[in-house]
Order: sequence, then C-alpha cells, then structure tokens
Amino acid sequence: MSKRLEGKVALITGGTTGIGAATVARLTEEGAKVWFTGSKEEAAAVLCVETGAVFRKLRVQDSAGWPGLIDEIIAAEGHLDIVFANAGTESGDASIEDVGIEGWDNVVSVNQTGVMLTVQNAIKGMKRNPEGPRGSIIINSSMNATRPLGNYVTYSVTKAAVCALAKSAAVHCGQQGYAIRVNAILPGVVETPLIQQIMNSQPDPAAARAMYEGMAPMKRMAQLNEVAGLVAYLSSDEAGFISGAEYAIDGATTAGMMGV
Amino acid sequence: MELSAQRLKGRVAFVSGGLRGIGLACAERFLAEGAEVVLSDLDAADSDTAREVMGKLGQAASYISANVAKEEDWERAVALVKERHGKCHILVNNAGIDLTGPVETLSLEGWRRIMSINTDGVFLGTKHFVPLMAASGADFHGGASIINVSSIMGLVGMNEVSAYNASKGAVRLFTKGIAIEFAQKKMPIRANSLHPGFVETPLLKAGFQRWVDQGFAEKPDDLVAGVVGMTPIGRLAQPSELAAAAFFLASEDSSYMTGGELVIDGGYTAQ
Repeated sequence: MSKRLEGKVALITGGTTGIGAATVARLTEEGAKVWFTGSKEEAAAVLCVETGAVFRKLRVQDSAGWPGLIDEIIAAEGHLDIVFANAGTESGDASIEDVGIEGWDNVVSVNQTGVMLTVQNAIKGMKRNPEGPRGSIIINSSMNATRPLGNYVTYSVTKAAVCALAKSAAVHCGQQGYAIRVNAILPGVVETPLIQQIMNSQPDPAAARAMYEGMAPMKRMAQLNEVAGLVAYLSSDEAGFISGAEYAIDGATTAGMMGV
Repeated sequence: MELSAQRLKGRVAFVSGGLRGIGLACAERFLAEGAEVVLSDLDAADSDTAREVMGKLGQAASYISANVAKEEDWERAVALVKERHGKCHILVNNAGIDLTGPVETLSLEGWRRIMSINTDGVFLGTKHFVPLMAASGADFHGGASIINVSSIMGLVGMNEVSAYNASKGAVRLFTKGIAIEFAQKKMPIRANSLHPGFVETPLLKAGFQRWVDQGFAEKPDDLVAGVVGMTPIGRLAQPSELAAAAFFLASEDSSYMTGGELVIDGGYTAQ
C-alpha cells in the first residue's frame, strides 16, 4: 500500500456521494484520517462504516456552523492538513433567460459562498497546526469554468469564480508565509450517480450515454476514482510546489477542437 | 483498489536530458517506483558524468548518448529501447536549453538552436516513440503516457526571454494537438505538458551565471532572491517535486488526464 497521507487529517465537503465519497475512500486508503460533511445521512452512515471516516452534517453556506466544526476537528485530531471543497449544486439553475433569483441565489450560496467559507475556515484551522500554518486545499471547479454551459448559467459562473478564489487564496497564503497551498481541479463529465440517473431517465439511455461519452476526445467519461487520484496527489507532500494552479481532468475535452 | 508501493512495476520509460536536473529526478523516481528507465543526454557514454550517474542509478537504468535535435539519434534511441525492453510506456521529453537577451540582439542561429532542441526535440521524440508506445499502451490501465516538459515560460511572457517563451509555448500546444489526435484514434497514449516554475537545476544556475557575467547582477544568489521574491511560495522548486508530477502523469492515477497542463510553479502564474 502506498501511504502518502499517513498521519494527515482531511476534511471533505459534500462527501456522501459521487466524487466526494470516492475521495473519502481514496484518502482513507492512503492513510489519512478523514472527516466529511454533507446532507445525505443514510449514505454517510454506510461510508463511515466502510472507511472509518467521521461524518458531520453541515451546509457549507452556513457561516455560523463552520467554526464549531473546525474546533471539533482540531480538538479531536490536533491538526488539519487537507481540505477538499467539493460540495456543489445545480439545483434551481437554468439559462440566463430563465434563471430565477431563487435558483441563482441557491447555486451561488453553495458553489461560491460555500467554497469561500470552506477555504476561509480551512486556513483558520490550518493556522492552528502545531508546526505552524501548513496544509493543502483543493477546490472542485469544473471544465465549465472555461467552457460555460448555456443552460446552467449560475453553475458555470460559480465554477469560474472559484478558480479565481483558489488563485487569490494561494497568492495570499504564499505572501503571508503560510505553507498552505490552494489549487482548483476542473473535471470534465464524470460518471457520477447523478449523471447515471440523468442518463437512465432519458427515453433512450444508450443515446444519452453515447452523447456524454462523445464529449471527450477520449470518448468516455471520467471514473470517480480517477478524480479522487488527482485529489490524493494534490493533497500529498509530493505536490509541495503546486499552488494557485488549475488542473483539468477531462480526457482532452478542453484541449482544443476535435477537427474533421 | 490495491495501491502497491512500486506503482510503475513492469513499465519502461525513456527520459531525454536525463543526466541532470528534472530529467535525472524523473529517472530516479521512476526507478524507485519499479520502472526500467532508458535515459539520453548529450554526454558521451564513457564521460565522467554519465558513468557517475549511471553507477548510482543501478541495473534497471541504461544510457544512450543522443542529441534530441537529430532524427537519426531518435531512431537509434527507439531501436535501443526495442532491443532491450521491447516496449515503452512512458516518454519524458525533457531535454532543453535556454536563451535570453533583448530580441534585437538574438542571432538567427541562436533562435534556430533553441527551437531545434526545445521544440524539434519534443516533436521528434514523440514521432519516433509513438508506434512503440501505441503497441505497449494496452499493457496497463491508463495507457502509455507522454510527458512534455514545457515551462511557466510557455504560459506567460518574460522580459528578454522571447525565444525560450516561443519554444515552450509551442510545446504546450503541440501536446494538446497530439492528445486529441491519439484520443480520437483510440490509441492508448495520453499526452500532457508540465510547466515548472523556477527550479533549482544546473540549467537555472548556468543561466543565472550567464546573467551575472553579462552584468545584470553581482552574484547568482541575487538573481535567485529576485525570482524567489516573485514566487508566492517563496522558494525555488526542487527537481524531485517535478518528478513527483511526472510520476503522477506516468501512473494509472492520471488515466483520464490528457491534453492537460500541469503547472508546478509555487503560485507564480496565479498572480
């Protein structure tokens, strides 16, 4: 077993399903003690049994809830080394013409304000580490940060916003002399339970699958463990000089045009 | 999923510019992860440097003296890898030189030389290794991996670095082009570019010494302090930190990453 994260403590938001859950499992396998948040308590309970991770219910946009969670982790573990700002939503989103103010506010509150609060509280927690301010923060953005979707305006806008947030936080931490790194990952279409559900609910699920697979030059979707592998790398000390970066993981989707 | 300690066991890697700096660090890391490595550089096989490095790297490593700008040298390199290993799963196009100065003072000869090594070298290495890598890629999930060493200078410009900027910018987009090409043809090869910031390598030291000789600074340490001051993390990178990224791109963990650019610059281009 490669145990690059032995002795480290990680916090993952939105950890109950999809990329978050795969990352809970992967960081645990590499030796980290993992805490995760989310809203699906049943799924969380199963994951806790499978991995030994700790679940706390928290809505990332709830600014009042954050200090208590960070205090609890530091009290229990003594330190906080890795934070994966993964929680996200597209609930209520639509095109620029159709999006309502409630839908817009909901997506902004989770994807943008929630990520800001996650990073802000992560830094506060990491500053309390016994060896001084040190840690790795990873933000889950999307390829839609650079290739926005017409029918999901808020999602696209918030995913672009958090790339700038990652860079601003990275520059700030460096200038303050903190050994805290902040990076963004930009996944393409990932075969999450949500995407599977969307495909299966179409009149022709096979056609829907072919459409998603056809978006990447690699002609397939990313698997959950592939995204978790990138998060594990960026979490580890091996990535010690990587900060303020945006890493695409999209099977060449945003690399260019397919041509004829 | 079982994570083994030697995650490149059974793989064969070729690293150009392998006797020093980032290339040497890549060779060391791949060997530590269980791969067999062939490295090339300009030094003669019986030179002191080549002997010393190869002695340290051990039995799983072999060396070929080759110039990345010469097509016949790549033909020899591929022939050697075929004969010795029969396969190739990882190619690191790392060899590179620098060239600095005001654009109006650069000679066409100097421009062509940096292009021939930094850009032609990446093209020729890719061209000649692709058939063998296409045949070897199905051995492992995630396929074969081409890692082209560009630079932050392939992303952003810098004063009096125009020729180096051009050569490294070309590597960035060449990599995206081949990534799409391989993916569309369902060839089991991924291609990504690495973008190091300022790394503590012999190339950096030699470049800074040249600037000192030209009167830009009193001593190399002043120039180091200058670039460290421009880097948010506040230090130079170590070659091993670039090798860790190359290892990630070589391993199964990066199986969905192709056409990507991995920036390892301590926040330099985030500003």
